Amino acid sequence: MASTISNPLALIAELTHRCPLHCVYCSNPLELQSRAEELPTETWSRVFKEAAEAGVLQTDFTGGEPLARTDIIDLVRAARGAGLYVNLITSGLPLDEAKLAALVEAGLDHFQLSFQGAREEIANEISGTRSHEQKLRVLQWLQRHRIGVTLNFVVHRRNIDQLEEMLAIAETSCATRVEFANVQYYGWAFANRENLLPTREQLDRSLEFLKRAQERLQGKLRIEFVVPDYYAKYPKPCMGGWGRKLMLVTPSGEALPCHAAKVIPGLVFEKVKDRSVREIWEHSAAFQKFRGESWMQEPCRTCDRREQDFGGCRCQALLLAGDGAATDPVCSLAPLRPKVDAILAGMNAAPPAQLFVKPAWLYRPNPT
Amino acid sequence: MALDLNSFPRLAPGCRLGENDQQRVLLMPERALRLLGPSLEIIERCDGQHTVQQIIADLQKIYSKAEPQKVEEDILGYLALLQKERALDFQS
Repeated sequence: MASTISNPLALIAELTHRCPLHCVYCSNPLELQSRAEELPTETWSRVFKEAAEAGVLQTDFTGGEPLARTDIIDLVRAARGAGLYVNLITSGLPLDEAKLAALVEAGLDHFQLSFQGAREEIANEISGTRSHEQKLRVLQWLQRHRIGVTLNFVVHRRNIDQLEEMLAIAETSCATRVEFANVQYYGWAFANRENLLPTREQLDRSLEFLKRAQERLQGKLRIEFVVPDYYAKYPKPCMGGWGRKLMLVTPSGEALPCHAAKVIPGLVFEKVKDRSVREIWEHSAAFQKFRGESWMQEPCRTCDRREQDFGGCRCQALLLAGDGAATDPVCSLAPLRPKVDAILAGMNAAPPAQLFVKPAWLYRPNPT
Repeated sequence: MALDLNSFPRLAPGCRLGENDQQRVLLMPERALRLLGPSLEIIERCDGQHTVQQIIADLQKIYSKAEPQKVEEDILGYLALLQKERALDFQS
């Protein structure tokens, strides 16, 4: 069995669920873990070593806000010391110049700064806090270090028309990469979907704009764009396929095949406190559950694309079809695609385009 | 974008060589490239000290049995790919 499983390539280390931001599309689960449950430095350090031994090349430090961990410098040093490429995914909020220098000195390879918009008002509305100005300051500090920088703009109905301004921020910064990632609809974003899903017209305009920008900036700035699944013809190969490339470890040490896996009932997650990364990767029932093809239903089971998209996203299947083993309903071949089309039709027929009226957002809280 | 043969390629910020399981890899944001034979020899010379022209000359020596023109084309193709990936800076 083990010999047929490829090595994990990346470890997503959700160091904490604490966060000064309250983003209405946060990818964390609705049930957040508290500070008291968080893994100590030593356990994370062991996990990094085990991950590297199991074949992992890169780790993404994320959260919540990873900088909320007071031991963040030690964690960066431990992960880099284990031989991993260390990426910090951050809001940039709990940061000053000295701390940034210490992170770089500890071996940080890459800094991914999240943006909630190009302008103060929308960014602050989405994050439920004053955060935008600080991010622009962080960009200034980053110029003094030779480190990889990606700006990540999370895109949705209320800011997708500001791509030009977002790109201008990226172009005038030291970033070599910019991501325009449309919100995907799980967790908090699923709860706020009505106010986040862009219209078809907005999406088409943004694609056209980004295609031209990619041509113009080739070799200078790498531009990545993520389309909302709901508008795609085929589903994305979620996480590169379940249990094929990635392992996510939650703040309390549960090993998950993806961010949202806990929505799927019946899955039992192993803890890194109890078993090694390799043991979990090879033997955890949760990782085995949707590996390979034997779990697939029709039309996936006989579909030519099953080795490209692996049936799409399991969590989306659960949320929309009520069955984690169903074909991802965003797939144009899925029996439940009409359900997604109905959601889009409703959205496009009556776009609530009242940008000046703040929606009744469900904000993500900061766990204690 | 045509490459300047007299420019000095250097790994871009956020890109570095790594090793796993005795296999050299080029680590980049959100991706990694396995490096085998010539690709490793090219990347090792992308240090800001060698011009594109020098890298070509070095590899033509190492692979002296191969057609020199073919070696040059392969290297230029590989550097262009890495440039597109935003993995290289070219300094004049």
